[in-house]
Amino acid sequence: MPRQPGDQSLRVPNATESPLLEAAVESLVLVDGVTKCYGKTLAVADLSFGVAKGEVLGFLGPNGAGKTTTMRVITGFMPPSEGRVLVGGQDIAEAPLEVRRRIGYLPENPPLYPEMEVTAFLEFAARLRGVPKGGIRPAVARAIERCALGEAREHIIGKLSRGYRQRVGLAQALVHEPELLVLDEPTAGLDPKQIHETRKLIRILAGERTVVLSTHILPEVAVTCDRVVIIAGGRLRAEDTPESLVARLGAAQRGRGTWEIETAAPANAAEATLRAVPGVVRVEAGPETAERTLVLQVEAAGDRSIATDLARALLEAGCPLYGLRRGGASLEDVFLALTTEEAEANGTGDARGTPKVAEEGS
Amino acid sequence: MRNALTIARREIGAALASPVAYVLFGAFAFLYGYFFADYLQSFVEAGMRMSQMGGFSGGTLNVNTDLLRWLMASTAILVLFLLPLLSMRTVSEEIRSGTMELLLTAPITDGQIVIGKFLAAFALYGGMLALTGLHVGVLFWFSRPEIAPVLAAYLGLLLLGAGLLALGLFFSSLTRNQIVAGLLTFGALLVLWLVEFAGARGGEPGRLLAYLSVTGHMEGFARGVITTRDLVFYLSFAAFWLYLARESVRSRRWRG
Repeated sequence: MPRQPGDQSLRVPNATESPLLEAAVESLVLVDGVTKCYGKTLAVADLSFGVAKGEVLGFLGPNGAGKTTTMRVITGFMPPSEGRVLVGGQDIAEAPLEVRRRIGYLPENPPLYPEMEVTAFLEFAARLRGVPKGGIRPAVARAIERCALGEAREHIIGKLSRGYRQRVGLAQALVHEPELLVLDEPTAGLDPKQIHETRKLIRILAGERTVVLSTHILPEVAVTCDRVVIIAGGRLRAEDTPESLVARLGAAQRGRGTWEIETAAPANAAEATLRAVPGVVRVEAGPETAERTLVLQVEAAGDRSIATDLARALLEAGCPLYGLRRGGASLEDVFLALTTEEAEANGTGDARGTPKVAEEGS
Repeated sequence: MRNALTIARREIGAALASPVAYVLFGAFAFLYGYFFADYLQSFVEAGMRMSQMGGFSGGTLNVNTDLLRWLMASTAILVLFLLPLLSMRTVSEEIRSGTMELLLTAPITDGQIVIGKFLAAFALYGGMLALTGLHVGVLFWFSRPEIAPVLAAYLGLLLLGAGLLALGLFFSSLTRNQIVAGLLTFGALLVLWLVEFAGARGGEPGRLLAYLSVTGHMEGFARGVITTRDLVFYLSFAAFWLYLARESVRSRRWRG
């Protein structure tokens, strides 16, 4: 497996080194050395991070990384085996009810009663969360408006579409105006249009509120989050903004770049030409498109001036050039670099599909 | 208390929105109606035989002791068989559908969840018992039974139901599968019913077994006799299972 030595620079400092005390001052949520075991299975190991007031934190990791477990600990659904969680300075273990009142939680499967009408359900959720009697109707009306549920107001939840159900789930999470919104895979199982809408909604809802959302879909993080926490195998792998994570991987891969070149079929001529350019390491032709064009993935050493060489070589060989784009490091590369390293290092963890994907990513 | 009532209200609404409650009410009304008609006919026939003998048999017939008492005792058996159907879905369904996560992350205690569920089931059971008011009302219309023993019997039925529902609630909190919960409840109640016959063999263990019989404590109430022994039994029985149900819900947090 080709692995860049530079990847080491992505390694995250230990939790003990991270400035926890500093974070505690401005954090709304402080996860401090949380470990959670289910019997002998270790789901989360010594996890520490903070969530600042007003930020949208993306919680990223492959399936089975411990995302849901962490969220369940934060929301007070389950106590951690070790460590503690502070929300607004209060320890969940010491003041569970007060802390839960400040949190709105949307589990992975929206917790809905299929036989209830949307409005009735939201009223129930509001009452359950301790909204005072007089405030229930306005609170429900606000949640319905925010989540664009006006049309479905009187519908039976069981008959709603998946997208609508997700919105009802969001509405129940914020009906009591919580300071902290915890969303577990809020876009899972939605179609692309619904995903887009949900993300937009989350951005709007975020506002001054603090949001923690988990996902295994990368673009989601880039679109919706201010900061990313990447976990794999129950351990913290990285904690930064999406941009600087990408920048860090970019730096790690300096002196090597991928380029996407769109040209006309057939592939052979263009491929041969590009391979002849000094510095090119690998050329791979993609499938032919409907317009009889094709995209070549070119991996080349050297800085960006090589783009000129690639273009010139193509044109001189008489191949048309429809597009030339730098592949660059994406969040996906960062993610794979961080989450697959672990699997290779100790042969455990989430290794499904790792070999193939890792090769594409590096 | 407000939290428990919030849960209870939703629970009752859900039960009335599903066919389960109506099927259960219907089954109960049918079986109870059959018992009632059967007992009434025997009572009337016995009365006719007695009047033919011109009062020389020496006995008298009383609506309280010769009709209502047996009717109420039979109702207790009926309740024993039907209540698992009412209690089995209470917590199981929440676990299965994932709504338990909503309840467990809401600012309410585990005890309030259990109490809310219990109150809802108890209220539905009360509604079910109210159906029998029709038949008993007929008796009051055509004769003059004493009211106090009838009220005592209803108190007994309510206490019995409270105990059975608390037990059912506990078994429902053990599993996400309501059929499994129902069967466990039913099995447990069967055992607690049959110990009455085992207890009839006498001896020290026999007395203990007889004490544990859930329906055995109903006999006094059916006769119109309220004893502290029976009261304490039913109340502590219900409290015991409710406590276990709360602990079971709590342990679910640890298991995830």
